[in-house]
Amino acid sequence: MSYTEIFFYIFAVLSILFALLTVTRRNAVHAAICLLLTFFFIACNYVLLEAEFLAAVQVLVYAGGVVGLMLYVIMLVRKDEADEVRQSLGQRVIAVFIAILFVLEIAFISLLAYYGNYSGFLSSKMAQIGGNTESIGAVLYTYFLLPFEVVSVLLLAALVGAVVLAKNRIER
Amino acid sequence: MLETVILTIAKIIIFFAVLMFFVAYGTYAERKVAGGIQDRIGPLHCGPFGLLQPLADGLKLFFKEDITVAKSDKPTYYIAPILAVVPAILVIAVIPVDENIMITDLNIALLYFLAVSSLSVYAIMLGGWAGNSKYPLLGGLRSASQFISYELVLGLSIVCVAMLVGSFSLRDVVLYQKDMWMVFKQPIAFICYMIAAIAELNRAPFDLPEAESELVGGYHTEYSSMKFAMFFLGEYANMVVSSAIATCLFLGGWYAPFSILPFIPGFIWFLIKTFLIFFFMLWIRWTYPRVRFDQLMGMSWKVLMPVVLLNILVTGFIVTFGR
Amino acid sequence: MREVYWPLILVAILAFGFGIGTIVISKLVGPKRPDPSKLSPYECGVEPVGDARKPFFIHYYMIALLFLVFDIEVIFLYPWALKFKEMGSFAFWEMAVFIVIFLGIFLYAYVKGVLEWE
Repeated sequence: MSYTEIFFYIFAVLSILFALLTVTRRNAVHAAICLLLTFFFIACNYVLLEAEFLAAVQVLVYAGGVVGLMLYVIMLVRKDEADEVRQSLGQRVIAVFIAILFVLEIAFISLLAYYGNYSGFLSSKMAQIGGNTESIGAVLYTYFLLPFEVVSVLLLAALVGAVVLAKNRIER
Repeated sequence: MLETVILTIAKIIIFFAVLMFFVAYGTYAERKVAGGIQDRIGPLHCGPFGLLQPLADGLKLFFKEDITVAKSDKPTYYIAPILAVVPAILVIAVIPVDENIMITDLNIALLYFLAVSSLSVYAIMLGGWAGNSKYPLLGGLRSASQFISYELVLGLSIVCVAMLVGSFSLRDVVLYQKDMWMVFKQPIAFICYMIAAIAELNRAPFDLPEAESELVGGYHTEYSSMKFAMFFLGEYANMVVSSAIATCLFLGGWYAPFSILPFIPGFIWFLIKTFLIFFFMLWIRWTYPRVRFDQLMGMSWKVLMPVVLLNILVTGFIVTFGR
Repeated sequence: MREVYWPLILVAILAFGFGIGTIVISKLVGPKRPDPSKLSPYECGVEPVGDARKPFFIHYYMIALLFLVFDIEVIFLYPWALKFKEMGSFAFWEMAVFIVIFLGIFLYAYVKGVLEWE
């Protein structure tokens, strides 16, 4: 077993462990810290896969931004009010359904990658030439031009939604 | 293989020792500079010119009682001070002190720096929350908002530099500046970087979260002993690290200014420049009064952000059409 | 994994080791004389009132959300910054459109008062 493999198993086990802790912690802040560590170890695995740009984005956006936003929300919610609300609102069924869907999707993609010669625009060989970030830049602004511009509109929509939801509280 | 590992470990230990030396004498320099600016003397009694003061402070903090506040959230209370120092130490891995003296030359060094330093926000938020005390919580939330606002400006000003260089490797960035420092090509990005770096570290004039007059002491009010010291260590280590990054990005890293005195080795120049930026941060702290919180947030979102974005557009325009 | 990433693991071990070690040592060597008023949260000498973990101003949340949106926008600038020189004027104009939408989001937030503080 090569060193890369050993580290892969270490990081994989740790990310699954912290993912499990995330869903089992009752204290929301502890759950958020576990989620932070999950994201971090997933980023470590991206580095092992030579997807450095993805690893950096994973830490910047997920570990740095998303978990931070969650912590803000946790600190904004009144604890005594939150305790009164029933925690599972029939979410369990939906959660199981989504989880199954997700597993099927991953299985489908791995089978496709394993048996077919589908490798997308960015094969690992291409990524090795001149670095990961450059290769992403090369395809993102040429082949994927439209999705790239649509992303910014999507983000605009997200912000508009948030502002509308928070508006009456801002004015109050 | 074994040789490289031993060499890397040796380098890491030396880099870490230099960082800690800078941190220790950074606190000394701060007190001496503050003394000088306010027409006082500063530390004087421990050793010649008070040079042993940082050592004495460190030892004293070790032997102080480590209080864990009642009703505090124990795991979070312990994690926060550790998170305060870890990011700064992680960043030393990518700093090129000379053309061939660095721990590792990543091709995404600048993104690594941004990603790692974005984790500092958790030390602030969790430290404020864990103590179950009102002032630190308020200080922590303020501090975190300030941190994330200025982090965007920091990231955008780094984009300005990367656009000209065409690489995120700090070594390439410095090599690009052999003939002309980046500060002359991207002065606006430099100013924005410096403001954002100082604001991210919650230093005066942007030290609202620690505003003693209104918030007691900020997010680390409930910490004592070494845990308290860790927050300070983190602050000074982050100052040193962002001064070093600023040196690489804008002040030509290890190159001698205008190619004079080329016989002085590169790493000496690097350390001199890093210290000058560090000194600049101290100077600002003891010269300007604190700004208001709304002014602080307003400056990041309403002034710096549009300015850097326009700077990126103008740079792009000149590079694309100016040839 | 590329070879240049190995040292990061060593640096990470050093960083966490230093952080944890310092706290453990200070826990061991420091005196322990707890008493209730020393362990109570600090509120300028007055008896602490109520629980500190209360909800806060929604503006903090809006700033965090705005940060997340802009953070993703900035991510898209990184690969572009490395490649745009080789891709000519087309790359410049597409990023110009992107930044204009970026500024549009910004303007929207500004008009809606998200950036106003009190």
